[in-house]
Amino acid sequence: MIWSISWKNIWRNKLRSLIVVIAITLGLLAGVFSSALMNGIIERRIRAAIENEVSHIQIHNKNFMENIEIGYNINNANEILDKLASFPEVKHVSKRMKITAMANTPSQGTGVNLIGVYPEKEKQVSSLYKYINDSSGTYFDAKKKNSIVVSQKFADKLNLNLRSKVVLTFVGTDGTLTGAAFKVVGIFKTSNSAFDEMNAFVRFDDLARLTNFDTSSAHEIAILLNDKNQTNEVAAKIASAFPQQSTMTWLELQPDLGMIAEFLNLWLYVFVIIILLALGFGIVNTMLMAVLERVKELGMLMAVGMNKKRVFSMIMLETIFLTLTGGALGMLVGAVVVYVTGETGIDFSAYAEGFSAIGYESIVYPTIGIDYYLGVTSLVIITGVFASIYPARKALKLNPSEAIRTEM
Amino acid sequence: MKVIEIKNLHKIYDESTVPVHAVNGIDLSYEEGEFAAIVGPSGSGKTTMLNMLGGLDSPTKGEITINNIKISDMKPSQLIDFRLNNIGFVFQAYNLIPVLTAKENVEFIMQLQKWPKEERAKRALELMKAVGLEGRENSRPGKLSGGQQQRVAVARALASKPKFILADEPTANLDSKSTETLLDIMEKLNKEENITFIFSTHDARVVKKARRVITVEDGKVISDENK
Repeated sequence: MIWSISWKNIWRNKLRSLIVVIAITLGLLAGVFSSALMNGIIERRIRAAIENEVSHIQIHNKNFMENIEIGYNINNANEILDKLASFPEVKHVSKRMKITAMANTPSQGTGVNLIGVYPEKEKQVSSLYKYINDSSGTYFDAKKKNSIVVSQKFADKLNLNLRSKVVLTFVGTDGTLTGAAFKVVGIFKTSNSAFDEMNAFVRFDDLARLTNFDTSSAHEIAILLNDKNQTNEVAAKIASAFPQQSTMTWLELQPDLGMIAEFLNLWLYVFVIIILLALGFGIVNTMLMAVLERVKELGMLMAVGMNKKRVFSMIMLETIFLTLTGGALGMLVGAVVVYVTGETGIDFSAYAEGFSAIGYESIVYPTIGIDYYLGVTSLVIITGVFASIYPARKALKLNPSEAIRTEM
Repeated sequence: MKVIEIKNLHKIYDESTVPVHAVNGIDLSYEEGEFAAIVGPSGSGKTTMLNMLGGLDSPTKGEITINNIKISDMKPSQLIDFRLNNIGFVFQAYNLIPVLTAKENVEFIMQLQKWPKEERAKRALELMKAVGLEGRENSRPGKLSGGQQQRVAVARALASKPKFILADEPTANLDSKSTETLLDIMEKLNKEENITFIFSTHDARVVKKARRVITVEDGKVISDENK
């Protein structure tokens, strides 16, 4: 009956309770939506990084990541590729050459990371080809020698257009300077302008031929898994299978993303805690009013034999019910808003350049996991419990004989 | 058989500043089945005495024994349990729980005593009938008249099967007709079921019905009449 009385008690003053419920609802809606928005931005960035830039796992020569030199290659790359194909967790693999080069046009020159790929294999581990629109060429569809796919940013910098030529100069395996003219066959534009500016793609065989690089070797093996959550487990498995190579996960390759994701995870809760803390004072105030209005009744309850534990529980339950009603509504409305905007996306195109400069997409799809909702539910209950302590203690301090005679 | 025995009861308020002797050496006893009134002017000490009898206040000096149990030495937490299982209260302002129906208000005490659901529902209906409120079980207090609310309060006080009922000015807020009905019900319960009633009152109608009248003045019993 205490549960039933507590629930009924919160609706004695409907307007006052509704105001608190609406305040909690709006507070949590703001908290859930903002959290989902931030989470959506980061998740898309991580997804883009995995799909376009680093895949889930990469294998390199142990010296390569410290010093990108043509000689630090994986000698038995083809053997490794064959063995990786037998790993059930591995979806696709692709090997790459990766060297630094100077790119020159008659008007401009710049440095670039030149990545040699097998286009068909590369399309399986990287979605970069999807960022070439119809009017901007293709991802090596024509089997012509010395083709290059560059970014829009890179093309703008060197005044390049589709079918323009750019001269690439680089160091071969024998240490001599070599180079060739490459024709632009595709121009891509991802959401990460820094990545776009630094990288250009050519066919593996063209680059290997020009540098006298052994085609059974590679500088990098990119691995895409069936399940992102298995990354650490599979990376450990690969590392033990190929101990002479360096195996790195996407989180190790882009530690900034890991740090942001981890910080964000903490921040999402800090944000909601701040909101709940502010709401908590409103709840304390409301419950205090509710207790002070019922001094006579509480005195009667204690007089007829309701012990302190039950009185405390009743006030606590009232506070928790009030908080949870607002909390549940807030999360429900928040979940609906997150679902709808998560489907349609929120267009921040007005700030696209700024977003792109730091590697983020300008269309944001808010998203948040079920564990977050469960975490917020726990926080709402904790807020209710804490907010109930002061009003409940106030009730316990009443002297029944005096409380009964109080003039209200 | 003695239900209540009071020996040399004192209650002094504001001992540290100006002491007020609200109750000043009372010796009394009540037998089972009494229908007694405590009367006296405002400030005479009757409510203080009733509060101490009900375990709501502790005496400064003296002893209160109820059914051979000395309650004057009990701790507050023990007193709460004692009140729940031994004393029924009827208050001047009814003090029903507004969010519960009349029947739920009666059941509430039994719930605190952990009665099984069916038994408490059955007893609540019996008590509602005993106080003449059959058919009003599902009405909330706000939908009942003052007299009806006080009758629900009597049913609530009886619900826990107490040793006696303490009623503090139970008719103070009632009109003549409601007062008469309420007193008739309490007198009937007293006579037929031998329930002890002790009233604190100013009301001449209550005094007229009472079979024992104790007059208190300045914290002392100045007369104790059996009719």
